Amino acid sequence: MTTLRPAARPAGRRTGRPAGRRTGRTRFRRAAQRNLTAYGFLCGALICFAFFSWYPMVREVLLSFQKTNFVGAARWVGFDNFRTVLADPVFTDAWANTAMFTLLALLIGYVVPFCAAIVLNELRHARGYLRFVVYLPVMLPPAAAVLLFKWFYDPGPGLFNQVLKAVRLPTLAWLDSTDTSLLSLVIVSTWMNLGSGTLIYLAALQTIPGELYEAAELDGAGLLRRIRHITIPQTRLILLVMLLLQIIATMQVFIEPYLLTGGGPEDSTVTVAYLMYQYAFNFNNFGGGGALGLMLMLVLMVFSAIYLRVSREDAR
Amino acid sequence: MDRRARRGVRAPFQKGNHPMRSRLLATLLAAAVGVTAAGCGGDDSGAKDDKPLGAGTKVSITVGCMPAKSQPAQRKEWEEDVAAFQKLHPNITVVGKDAFPCMDPNTFQAKLAGGQVEDVYYVYFTDVRGIIANGQAADITPYLGAAKQYPNLDPNVEKVFKDGDKVYGLPRQNYAMGLFYNRALFKKAGLNPDAPPKTWAEVRDAAKKISALGGGTVGYADMSAKNQGGWHFTTEIFSQGGEMVSADGKKSAFNSPQGKAVLQTLKDMRWTDNSMGSKQLLVDADIQRMMAAGKLGMYLGAPDNATALVDQFKAKYDDFGMAPIPGSTGTLMGGDGWLFSPKASPEKIKAGLMWLDFYGITPGQGQLNYARAKANGRPVGLPQPKLFGPNAVGAKDRELRAASANLPVGNFKPYEDAYNTVPGKLEPPQAQQLYAVLDSVMSAVLTRQDADIDRLLADAQKKADAALARSGS
Repeated sequence: MTTLRPAARPAGRRTGRPAGRRTGRTRFRRAAQRNLTAYGFLCGALICFAFFSWYPMVREVLLSFQKTNFVGAARWVGFDNFRTVLADPVFTDAWANTAMFTLLALLIGYVVPFCAAIVLNELRHARGYLRFVVYLPVMLPPAAAVLLFKWFYDPGPGLFNQVLKAVRLPTLAWLDSTDTSLLSLVIVSTWMNLGSGTLIYLAALQTIPGELYEAAELDGAGLLRRIRHITIPQTRLILLVMLLLQIIATMQVFIEPYLLTGGGPEDSTVTVAYLMYQYAFNFNNFGGGGALGLMLMLVLMVFSAIYLRVSREDAR
Repeated sequence: MDRRARRGVRAPFQKGNHPMRSRLLATLLAAAVGVTAAGCGGDDSGAKDDKPLGAGTKVSITVGCMPAKSQPAQRKEWEEDVAAFQKLHPNITVVGKDAFPCMDPNTFQAKLAGGQVEDVYYVYFTDVRGIIANGQAADITPYLGAAKQYPNLDPNVEKVFKDGDKVYGLPRQNYAMGLFYNRALFKKAGLNPDAPPKTWAEVRDAAKKISALGGGTVGYADMSAKNQGGWHFTTEIFSQGGEMVSADGKKSAFNSPQGKAVLQTLKDMRWTDNSMGSKQLLVDADIQRMMAAGKLGMYLGAPDNATALVDQFKAKYDDFGMAPIPGSTGTLMGGDGWLFSPKASPEKIKAGLMWLDFYGITPGQGQLNYARAKANGRPVGLPQPKLFGPNAVGAKDRELRAASANLPVGNFKPYEDAYNTVPGKLEPPQAQQLYAVLDSVMSAVLTRQDADIDRLLADAQKKADAALARSGS
């Protein structure tokens, strides 16, 4: 191929622009013809993203600077919608709750699937069955899973308090207490999504060469040292990517407070996404909802930028 | 890990995994924005237009809240009514749109934006003020001559659809909140089901006796989530003689002795008497489920709760009864009705009013045809709706209902007897915002034994005043 290159290189490249332009156009045409099918497929995806993802985002940004009743023309109101939501006393609660939910979700929801994956990876028997069992909750529709937990958390006949009573431990108010309501939502969220996280970690664990473990074992390394010196370094990138994705996802928590607590008790489970919903659909203030959405989007963009950078590094 | 993160893990292969994961909500928001075509509904001049719709003027109207197919008897009656109306007015075509529930706040704005809202659309009383204030309903004042029964409506009910002198809609159902109770449990607890509690002190006593039955039985239940706690707080403060907002609607007024009395009563029942059960953050469906299962003694509600309990939870009408609101100093009026699309033409508004006159507010016809409802095996006899004032039309409606009653109407007699003596009050401005604020107060009192009522009300007052100031009420 290299021997052909000089001959294939256009003469005009050295001699003048017109030939170069012509050659460029020819190349472009050839490339376009070669990739026509690919562009066709790309168009479908682009149209879908444009309509269902980018357009709503642009509209949301515009909406956050407008007041509209969806009947007449929307009115530009500058930063009024932002001032409105910033002056709302629940605004700071919502961000604090969201941050706390994210933190708890990282402490619980991030560690548990990784540990489950390590255990599953170490098992020699009933692997397929256990993987199925771990993945099972993911197959439940989110609303069904959340409502199942509504019964689990019932302070009276609920499953959790019955178990606590059976082992002679004090019962908890779960969703009905400001001390435990947010944690209760994190538990639901973790349970619902344990399966997919575990499977991803498991896939990552299985890419680690077995020789590394064998060598470590020969050197007398125990389980914890093997995890610390082999498993974690070898899965560092996937762990980082999952961490960022989890932050991005959990900051948008909505369905759990919506279905389980309605933001209560005492606004202790009002999250930013839930407040956004309240503004838009209960208070009929779409501008306020849009402003909140834009703020959340900007915060998440920071994490997304880090994620993109990390995933690019990973690809390299 | 969160479910959304689970989706996100596909990200390395999908470009869509960026911060805009909030696009679900963004899509909903944007869907609601789409079209902003200028409205052309009604006649902005406000001049009276008594001219009847010409017989040669062909009009087609879409109407919301047609009974769903899952309610075959009501659906059949609706279709009969449409056929009869179209026979009377061959130039008008009524196109019913069914949905369950009749109005979903999640889709209403999107329908409005997309031009999909019906010409005659359904609303709850709670939302009427906000919709009118947002300019999302047509002014029908000039065309009211098309609804012949309109002057006979109870002015207190019609007030819901008015803003100043302008009228925007007509009621479909209305009620005053009262004390809904379980007669079977009253008997079990040694209480007289024909002499329900009249005051909050009596409610407290009865709740204690009912909860003493044990087995998870709850004496009295109240809501405290999804804005329904605030809604019930409003009912309860009215029952104590208090107000939600000042006379000009600019300031909240619930941080008052009456507001404190509401919360103190609930706190005493919840923590001192332990008669409200341990599970809180309840919403209406939770409470109805408890009542239908025979595990709840009392709650505040409307007469049509009986229908919901029988239809959805297979309970028996005989087991339930209604009394006026405890204290009988005042109560919250509730209900639903129809507004008109702001894009509806004068002809459509006239046709819509003619249809509503025929179907909704003429005794013996449409939804008020009790004889037909009874023949179709539907329940008749609940003291709801009460659309008319103390006039001949109202008397006729009551007579027709009594003549076809097939329910144990005596169970609702205490409520009906007091109906005209308990002042009914409308929901406050910015109702949903105030309810959201008061949800927090209600949930605090019901979930925290050391809840400081004074502090809670003071905090709520600040939030409510800020909300009212923001809205410019």
